[in-house]
Amino acid sequence: MKKYLNVIAAYSIMLLLIILVGIFQSWSIALSIFNYCMISAVMTMGANIQWGYAGLINFGIMGYTALGGLAVVLVSVAPVPEAWEVGGLNMMVCILVIAGMVFSIRYVLKKIKKSKQRNYLVAAIIIVGLILLRMISGPAIENIEAVNPAKTGFLGGLGMPVLFSWIVGGLLAGGLAYVVGKIALGLRADYLAIATLLIAEIVVSVIKHEDWLARGVKNVIGLKRPVPYEIDLQSAPWFINLVEKFNSGKLNLINSVTEKQDVLKQLVIDASSIYVKLCMAGLFLLVVVVLLIITQKALYSPWGRKMRAIRDNEEAASAMGKNIVKEHLLIFILGSAVVGIAGAMMVTNDGLFTPGSYRPMRYTFVIWVMVIVGGTGNNFGAILGGFFVWFLWVQAAPIALFLINLFTSHLPETNALRIHLIESASYFRFLMIGIGLLVIMRYRPQGILPEKIIKQ
Amino acid sequence: MDFLNALILLLNYTIIPALTYGSQLALGAIFVTLIYGVLRFANFATGDMMSFGTMFAVLLTYYFQSLGISLGVLPTALLTIPFAIVMMILYMLTIDKFVFSYYRIKKSPPVQLAMVSVGVMFVTQAIIRIIIGPFDRRFLDGEKFILKAMEFKEMTGLNEGLTIKSTQLITIVVTLIVVSVMFWFLNKTKTGTSMRAYSDNEDLALLSGIDPKRVVMLTWVIAGVLATIGGVLYGLDKSYKPFVYFNNMLPIFAAAIVGGIGNPFGAFLGGYVVAFGEIFITYAYKKFFTYILPESLAPDSLIQLLSTDYKFAVSFSILVIVLLFRPSGIFKGKIL
Repeated sequence: MKKYLNVIAAYSIMLLLIILVGIFQSWSIALSIFNYCMISAVMTMGANIQWGYAGLINFGIMGYTALGGLAVVLVSVAPVPEAWEVGGLNMMVCILVIAGMVFSIRYVLKKIKKSKQRNYLVAAIIIVGLILLRMISGPAIENIEAVNPAKTGFLGGLGMPVLFSWIVGGLLAGGLAYVVGKIALGLRADYLAIATLLIAEIVVSVIKHEDWLARGVKNVIGLKRPVPYEIDLQSAPWFINLVEKFNSGKLNLINSVTEKQDVLKQLVIDASSIYVKLCMAGLFLLVVVVLLIITQKALYSPWGRKMRAIRDNEEAASAMGKNIVKEHLLIFILGSAVVGIAGAMMVTNDGLFTPGSYRPMRYTFVIWVMVIVGGTGNNFGAILGGFFVWFLWVQAAPIALFLINLFTSHLPETNALRIHLIESASYFRFLMIGIGLLVIMRYRPQGILPEKIIKQ
Repeated sequence: MDFLNALILLLNYTIIPALTYGSQLALGAIFVTLIYGVLRFANFATGDMMSFGTMFAVLLTYYFQSLGISLGVLPTALLTIPFAIVMMILYMLTIDKFVFSYYRIKKSPPVQLAMVSVGVMFVTQAIIRIIIGPFDRRFLDGEKFILKAMEFKEMTGLNEGLTIKSTQLITIVVTLIVVSVMFWFLNKTKTGTSMRAYSDNEDLALLSGIDPKRVVMLTWVIAGVLATIGGVLYGLDKSYKPFVYFNNMLPIFAAAIVGGIGNPFGAFLGGYVVAFGEIFITYAYKKFFTYILPESLAPDSLIQLLSTDYKFAVSFSILVIVLLFRPSGIFKGKIL
């Protein structure tokens, strides 16, 4: 018990902060923050698996998040039959061409010895393949994008339940991680950071500009939800009865019937949004807890010890017969898959997919700050980091506004400096996050909850 | 005649813009490579540091304009560059003293320094946004064009016009001057040699009596000059927007690595490799081929390898290919 005292204390403070938001701002805001905190926690766990367990630096979190979001569109949106009619076949052929390219390159690499000829052959396969792809997909893409461009203009998805997309998101991200890992994992740490950062940028730009896939920057809105809709709840008798029961004390104080009806209506509207968010929170909590159990088990298993050994001394682990390349690739895939799940969760929570909003600042660097601040190599720390930094990210503007007002209270209302500062209050979040990161790196480099090594 | 038209077309839409963009990237890439070579970490605050220097140039330009000071046909911003450089160097030295020096003395691994530079990136971005805001700003004044398309057509009687913006010429000329002075300094002066020695082998350099503090300070000074000039030139040519500067960090990194990180001359050429790659691959050659091919062979499609949306993706693909086949860069890296 005593061992976990700091964990319990840190989590209680975090919970208290969110409850304070509920009391002083509103419960709806508190729940939104809580949900996003949990999504961030899942992303942070993914990054922590890579950085904390194995010391792999992945600055491509944004790419995997976006891919997870794409999975939601591809799985849950209803298919667009007209688009499939005009271009579906060609797109399928394209997939075959890509598969053919991959297999023929693999065959060439396997069968022909390393030589100049082999390089030329591989280059020739790629060039011919690309030309073929252009020729087949070009007209198909034009046709698909011409189908009702204001509403669809894309192939649509599979029309399956949205929860299924969380798994697919993980698989897609893991698949990308396999390719990236094969290319980049041999690089030194800082090269790897730059390479992953740039590859993520490529992934996002493909999602942004291939309109036939997911409408690109035109966004996909009105995605399915795993939880009921507010509108349905507001007309459901059981829900109205429930709200009435909860607020019976308050309602009984009102005498006039019409006034009572109005108050009840407002209460039902408020309650429906809170109910939806609570349902989401339940689902997210389930994911976080399941992932936490799995990652904890993995961390303290022989496999986890092996990963730590590789992280702390690659040469020694290699001398002991551990296959470092294979283990690095595996952990890169696992971590990215977790990030992919988080990406899918986020899009499900928002109900819309906006490829234009994926920016490295928000989806890569802030997540990294969460990992470092929370505690590298400690899953509880990672979750705490996700919660704490996201909370700060959201609440930084109000805090900054309060501080600015406090320090400039002696200045007149019309003072130019004061007005300028109040206008730019929302940028203080970068300042707070940055200074927080620098302070933690300097004075507590192991994070708020440091890594615990249990010696058996 | 058609051949000349085709040539002018390429010159106007690809070669001159690529030379300009390449010069801007080259300055940033040398900045990255210097920090990497001497201080030994990948500086993720690169884009924002360039933005920081440019911010002062923008503010001073507005101030000078309000005072009525100008350079006539040249943009006022050129006059403000020295002041901006001084501010930039002061900022960099402050950051170095309070943030980076601690890790350098502790001999932390480069990854940790890179993470610290992410913190610096956040702080710099915040300061920029608080001071000047996130908006798009134009601060170019003076003569906009050296050669207008119409004048060129009248002069030569060709179908295609050639436009040369003054910012394009200024960018190329200033870059050439700055880079030649820097290479002269690194290769011919004693201080420059000591910097190269420090980058090559720190321990040996210390043994031969080179003062590490001086080398580090000099590196930041040169970095400040390069970052500010690179940033101002980019801002003059396009416009000043903090977010764009942050994004520019990515092709700059690509240029530095393609040229062989730690190698300033490689970074200089790397900037042009990336810029030419981006522009040549995303340019639509339809008109070009209509000029040089006989009419029966004239193409119907755009003859564009990749749409311009993928401009950034091209530079990153160049980087990935280089990393795969020549991880040390086209020109061998890690020699200053």
